[in-house]
Amino acid sequence: MKTSFDVVVVGAGPGGMAAAAVAAEAGKSVCLLDANAAIGGQIWRGNSAEAAGHGPHAGEFAAWSLRVAGSGVAVRQGVEVVDVPAPGLLRIESEGGGDEVSFEHLIPATGGRERFLPFPGWTLRGVTGVGGLQALVKAGLDIRGTRVVVAGTGPLLLAVAAAMKRAGASVEAIVEQAPLATLLRFGVAALSHPAKLIEGAGYRSEMLSASYLTGWWVTRAGGTDRVESVTLSCGREEKTLACDWLACGYHLVPNLELPRLLGCTIQAGYVAVDDMQQSSVPGVWCVGELTGIGGMEKAIVEGQIAGFASAGFSERARALARRRRKWIDFAASLDRAFTPRPELRALPTAGTIVCRCEDVTHEQLAPKRNWREAKLHTRCGMGPCQGRICGGAAEFLYGWDVAAVRPPVFPAKVSTLAAEEHAATVRGA
Amino acid sequence: MNDGQIPVTINGKHIRVKEGTSVAAAVMMTGEPCRYSVQGQPRGALCGMGICMECRMSIDGVPHRRAYQVLCAPGMKVVSE
Repeated sequence: MKTSFDVVVVGAGPGGMAAAAVAAEAGKSVCLLDANAAIGGQIWRGNSAEAAGHGPHAGEFAAWSLRVAGSGVAVRQGVEVVDVPAPGLLRIESEGGGDEVSFEHLIPATGGRERFLPFPGWTLRGVTGVGGLQALVKAGLDIRGTRVVVAGTGPLLLAVAAAMKRAGASVEAIVEQAPLATLLRFGVAALSHPAKLIEGAGYRSEMLSASYLTGWWVTRAGGTDRVESVTLSCGREEKTLACDWLACGYHLVPNLELPRLLGCTIQAGYVAVDDMQQSSVPGVWCVGELTGIGGMEKAIVEGQIAGFASAGFSERARALARRRRKWIDFAASLDRAFTPRPELRALPTAGTIVCRCEDVTHEQLAPKRNWREAKLHTRCGMGPCQGRICGGAAEFLYGWDVAAVRPPVFPAKVSTLAAEEHAATVRGA
Repeated sequence: MNDGQIPVTINGKHIRVKEGTSVAAAVMMTGEPCRYSVQGQPRGALCGMGICMECRMSIDGVPHRRAYQVLCAPGMKVVSE
């Protein structure tokens, strides 16, 4: 199998697919690495339905799938990047074992994940992320006849609530922590993005029967070992709703592990890039949620820019500058509208688990001075998720800088790492 | 649930799921936990995208597999970790 490419793209969501197709069409040899079983990323997950024309973005997915398939991109599914052992080289792992792929240009398009903020009861079964519940339903979870509460913050809430209703659940409430005034400000900002406005309005009209609360947030979930109820607050009063599923997530954060490992400069939570999407590391081009949480359209524009630019067609990349600007502004307005409110810092009680991998509680973490001390003394962030869940929570709750990464950035087999040692010896590293 | 064609066994419970169902989705429908935490709390899938690692299970004897990522196959045996 060929292991050396002009361009390697990591992540086959909209941004990665666009980048790979454009670079390959421009004549470059391109490899597209992806962790999941099928291309499409989180937004186009379960894309057989999308390809058949049922999904809301079926057209775009079908078009980019054809371009990826038709341009000779080498697609490798089920692959995790675990290390960057030398410049221009990735250590990867799949079911088949460890391997290496080398590149001239690298386009990380690793997307984002939900921000989880701990509250009493968030470890009960039946409490999931917002995108998390949607992913489980797409993967066959039958929620017909169950009571669902969708809560947290961000544009995902309405979309997922609508999808849960279509899947046969009773959506008991949609609970957005941002105050209405902030949302209206955001709505005004969105006037310059008609596609987004219509999308939002469509979800809203579909959800009119559910109770849509703004300026309310989840304070705790109740149940013995499975969620049975959720308690909400608006600061002045509380209410408790019975539910079978509580989907709760606080907007998205970028998956920065790979750019950090590569040494890319991070500014205000995102990879800093120039107008060609190039990071501070020459030859490393970052796109999509890595440079600002803006969704599919932003990722596709940025993916195309990085594809053209990495292939040496900077004029064609520059032609997309205005569309890029529009989506960057959109991403910034999302961040402003959906900033978690300070009251959420007060939710964990002494015994609330913050680090789910190692069962480390708020009481153990609160007296610590920083992330490093927390890791050394409590094992917070040292479990299998490597701080992907509790890192964001600790940053928000305690104000810690949780930036440090070290390889392997994903749990890897010893054989994969041993092969890396061997390869380094052969290279004379 | 239980109206599909694919028979799988989860902690000894036999269920049938539709083709294309992930192991995580099947487990959530049985009421079984994916894993027990270090303090013994039963846990289920949280993120649905392979990042939180709460869905790791032993599948056909292979430990630490992320159940969200594995599709149910006929006769598959799944055990909580």
